[in-house]
Amino acid sequence: MTGQRTIRIGAGAGFAGDRIEPAVELVEKGELDFLVFECLAERTIALAQNERRSNPSAGFDPMLLERMRRVLPVACARGVRIVTNAGAANPLGAAEAVAALARELGLSSLKIAAVLGDDVLDVVTATPLPLIDRAGTTADLAAIVSANAYLGAGPIAEGLAQGADVVITGRVGDPALFVGPLVHAFGWSLDDPSLIGRATIIGHLLECAGQLTGGYFADAGRKTVPGLARLGFPLAEVKSDASAVFTKVAGSGGHLSLAACKEQLLYEILDPSAYYQADVIADLRTVRLHEEAPDRVAFSGGGGGPRPETLKVSIGYDDGFIGEGQISYAGPGALPRAELAIEVVRERLAMIGVPLDDARFDLMGIDAVDRTGRGQPPREVRARVCVRTATAELARRVGAEVEALYTNGPFGGGGVTRSVRPVVAVASALIPADAVSPRVVIVEV
Amino acid sequence: MQLGDIAHLRTGDKGDISQISVIAYDSADFELLVREVTVARVLRHLAGLTVNSAHRYELPAIGALNFVLEGALSGGVTRSLALDAHGKTLGAQLLDLPLGGEDGR
Repeated sequence: MTGQRTIRIGAGAGFAGDRIEPAVELVEKGELDFLVFECLAERTIALAQNERRSNPSAGFDPMLLERMRRVLPVACARGVRIVTNAGAANPLGAAEAVAALARELGLSSLKIAAVLGDDVLDVVTATPLPLIDRAGTTADLAAIVSANAYLGAGPIAEGLAQGADVVITGRVGDPALFVGPLVHAFGWSLDDPSLIGRATIIGHLLECAGQLTGGYFADAGRKTVPGLARLGFPLAEVKSDASAVFTKVAGSGGHLSLAACKEQLLYEILDPSAYYQADVIADLRTVRLHEEAPDRVAFSGGGGGPRPETLKVSIGYDDGFIGEGQISYAGPGALPRAELAIEVVRERLAMIGVPLDDARFDLMGIDAVDRTGRGQPPREVRARVCVRTATAELARRVGAEVEALYTNGPFGGGGVTRSVRPVVAVASALIPADAVSPRVVIVEV
Repeated sequence: MQLGDIAHLRTGDKGDISQISVIAYDSADFELLVREVTVARVLRHLAGLTVNSAHRYELPAIGALNFVLEGALSGGVTRSLALDAHGKTLGAQLLDLPLGGEDGR
């Protein structure tokens, strides 16, 4: 192994609403080559499509511009290139908005790449695809609002090869946000499944940002995380053989431990021998993790097999409304009074014709999330009624009946909240990879 | 002894599937996990959970088990009416799973 270069790649966000301060810290002190913002949850893109329909220049993550405002000047000064999927339903609109922001910030000679082609709504409406998470095909879904294929690392690497300082995508596999820069930096072939498999695992470990540095880890009395309030985000020092060391900026909060890395390695993984991505089927079984120093975990091993012939497609569709109401009971006998309240609301909803075939009646503090059946009667309990309905008006009646418990229900209920929300649901299908044609558009400042 | 004494857990979700990793603090305890933390015992502990099928993967290299519980999330996060639609609390509910035959497996 001669002349192994090291690329430093950081995780600046693990979800759309993530904190910005750790990303600023990473770009200022992390000596990064690349900073990645992962900002696209499963149904975000469907909601963004709805926004774009009412405003053609919208449809990308509204927090993108705030992130860029905080990070872009430093990133430009230090030559840190940014990759994000915050383009959501409108990567080109996002690139143009970032270009406008860059001008406003007085930055110049900037190239912003938009990755397009994940939107396969036309293909899906023309040819029904079988669903993979339930019976039926996409033709069975009424009111489809979006269909986006999970693209791979290729177009991201291509954008960087064209000199992009910022690459903005819509739907891509989360690990591809990291694999793309590594492929570009090391000149790897996307046809090398063992390299791309390992790089995908590196990306998978980084994609949730703070979850690798002690976020979602602390457990009072069992697992301690120092400085959780100042949680720093992780970066990987990656070598050209796709081995890596995961670490974080010195002085940032949290810790980067072997235990947290193991948790993140398996996070949202089903079969560890077959982690499906657009570029590779990664194999996690042979991953080796080793804590070589405090806040430094070395990664090696892992592998992969040839890329799948299909890409996963997320299909967003309108799925009615959810009406919800909650009310609290406290003191001795709180539980039986809450149970009575639930009974009363159930009966009243049936009487006024709200269909209850898709409904939940929860006793929060007893059985709302606990599945062990081991709860003790508490001194306070919150009753929750939640019903899916076809119309907003029916959904409104759900909360109204819970509110009516004030004067029409058991003794001592308080603190009613009620809501109605439209449901954008998501189904998944597979599309032949060759039916999808990603492309890169460069916006220059 | 309870599971939380020797292992830490993290819960993830994919559609209507809940995924729970069980990781030994000390890899020497991996065999104990394999022996005691079976699919049947996990499902018995989470007695109120309904699943279509459940599978356990073993990862000796990192001393971990990975449970994949299909159909556990009431239709999945985008359709579920559940308060914890992601099922994120499920792994934590396994911390007091008794080990050492204490529940007469």
